[in-house]
Amino acid sequence: MTNHAADKRGWIAGQQSSITNRLLWRGLLYLLLTLGLALFLLPMVWLVSGSLKPDGQVFTIPPTFIPRPIVWSNYPQALNKFPFWVSLKNTMTIVIGVLLGRVLTASLVAYSFARLRFPGRSVLFVIVLSTMMIPYHVVLIPQYLIFRNLNWLNTALPIIVPNWFGGGAFFIFMMRQFFMSLNQEIDEAARIDGCGFFSVFWRVILPQSLPALGALSIFTFMGEWNDFFAPLIYLNTEDKMTLAVAIRTWQFDTNTTYQAATWPELMVMSTILTIPPVLVFFFLQRYFIQGVVVTGVKG
Amino acid sequence: MTTQATTQKRYWWQTLKGREALAGYIGISPWLLGFLLWGVGPMLLSAYYSLTEYNILSPPQFRGLDNYIKMATRDKLLLQSLRVTAIYALVTVPLGVMVGYGLALLLNQKTKGLSFWRTGFYLPAVVPGVATAYLFAYVFAHQYGLADSILQTIGVSQPPNWFGSTKWALPTLMILSLWGAGGGLILYLASLQGVPTALYDAAKVDGASAWQQLWNVTLPMTSPVILFTLIMGIINSFQVFTSAFIITDGGPVNSTLFYVLYLYRKGWQQLEMGYAAGLAWILFIIILALTILVLRTSSRYVYYEGE
Repeated sequence: MTNHAADKRGWIAGQQSSITNRLLWRGLLYLLLTLGLALFLLPMVWLVSGSLKPDGQVFTIPPTFIPRPIVWSNYPQALNKFPFWVSLKNTMTIVIGVLLGRVLTASLVAYSFARLRFPGRSVLFVIVLSTMMIPYHVVLIPQYLIFRNLNWLNTALPIIVPNWFGGGAFFIFMMRQFFMSLNQEIDEAARIDGCGFFSVFWRVILPQSLPALGALSIFTFMGEWNDFFAPLIYLNTEDKMTLAVAIRTWQFDTNTTYQAATWPELMVMSTILTIPPVLVFFFLQRYFIQGVVVTGVKG
Repeated sequence: MTTQATTQKRYWWQTLKGREALAGYIGISPWLLGFLLWGVGPMLLSAYYSLTEYNILSPPQFRGLDNYIKMATRDKLLLQSLRVTAIYALVTVPLGVMVGYGLALLLNQKTKGLSFWRTGFYLPAVVPGVATAYLFAYVFAHQYGLADSILQTIGVSQPPNWFGSTKWALPTLMILSLWGAGGGLILYLASLQGVPTALYDAAKVDGASAWQQLWNVTLPMTSPVILFTLIMGIINSFQVFTSAFIITDGGPVNSTLFYVLYLYRKGWQQLEMGYAAGLAWILFIIILALTILVLRTSSRYVYYEGE
């Protein structure tokens, strides 16, 4: 009897200690996450704070996070000194040009690989996948020389046009993975009703593919918006440059067209450059995540 | 009349199968054309250029293996760029995977507010490379940047001159790379959520501790994704350019001369296109060899379901 009661007391004590353990572990978990997140976001806070500081107060010991006074005028001032609208237009031209090419050709190629049977299909698809391994830099030099002969240097064409040829192996793969997951009975029914292969693609497959096209658009926007290497090589004058390369040129600009940048102004431009991808990520996260997962986990 | 029509010889593209095949070839033709125009063609050209001396202004001069012999014997900067890139890859790729995977493990504990944390940790990975470069140049500016300012506030009298010292410049670029380590988070989380709970239940019945569950269930079940991110990490770290180009331009004293930065200098600043084409081929071979190596050894520690 006493023995039994002692057992029971022991059991209750055990339960209690496991509950405290769990609470401790939970507390530790959230503490760790909070500290980690603070560390990750600290530079971003510093970026925005730096963009609002007076030039003389950029560097202080100890660091100040809230500028005094807050210099909102840094923004219009930087935008006036920097060829912002031209660079924005150039950037968007490239984004839209690449996007159109990719939406049309990557999905058409992917549809053919996913749904149509033809001799050599699997071999060709393996070749598509293996081209993902080729670093951009191997084909860069000959491509550069080809575009030079075509007189396309200092235009957006060398960046846009290659994307009208399937849009890159990664995107063909992503779209194919998505098409494979679609119900095949619908397009078979459409075929029986007399739809040709390409009208099945246009009328049946594409309308079902908005989530995948969303992911493709987001990746394309981020990729082209952030790209630095290709615009650096192909675009040489300030009236043709994208935002990313124009900022870097501005930093060193010693000619009289635009005055060289100060630290707060560089932070202004970096903040402005950062806002669109962050907004896209915030609001279209669902498509973004789906795209990452489809290509990464199932691949 | 009707019998004649049915017995008429039909060409292959008039059959149902043939029509489908034809449509297939037409459908993939943009890719096929692009593959020849922008892939195979340039690769062959690049292989040829790598055997020449070519400064763009005058036609290429065939030089046989001269470029490669020079790379192997006399190019000290190439050696330096290989060293810098290899050290960088060796440190940042495994560390990046560990940080990303570790975060994913923490977030996979039925954590409240999962999407909030995920968004927050992922955020640095969507910041454009150029903005990241300027931000880090600003944070790690000597004496007055955020980092040194904090160090001086807590009493370090001689804080490091991060990007300005041969000792610290490369490690500071590694810190920059780790800032984006949350980029693997989405993939890791998805694969962690894909591990069947039945496996954990079975492990608990067998009395496995949390540590043993991680080691014997979680890690093996998610190893294909780890392998994938590892390979992508290697490929990416061998192509680092933007941050080094903007912040340090390879310096001080070539301590951050990354491979692609060196290639860019050779090709576009010194106009040695033939040599740069050779460098690009070496880069391709290195990446290919590393990927094959990782894939070959992976059968020992990567678990694929259904094998």
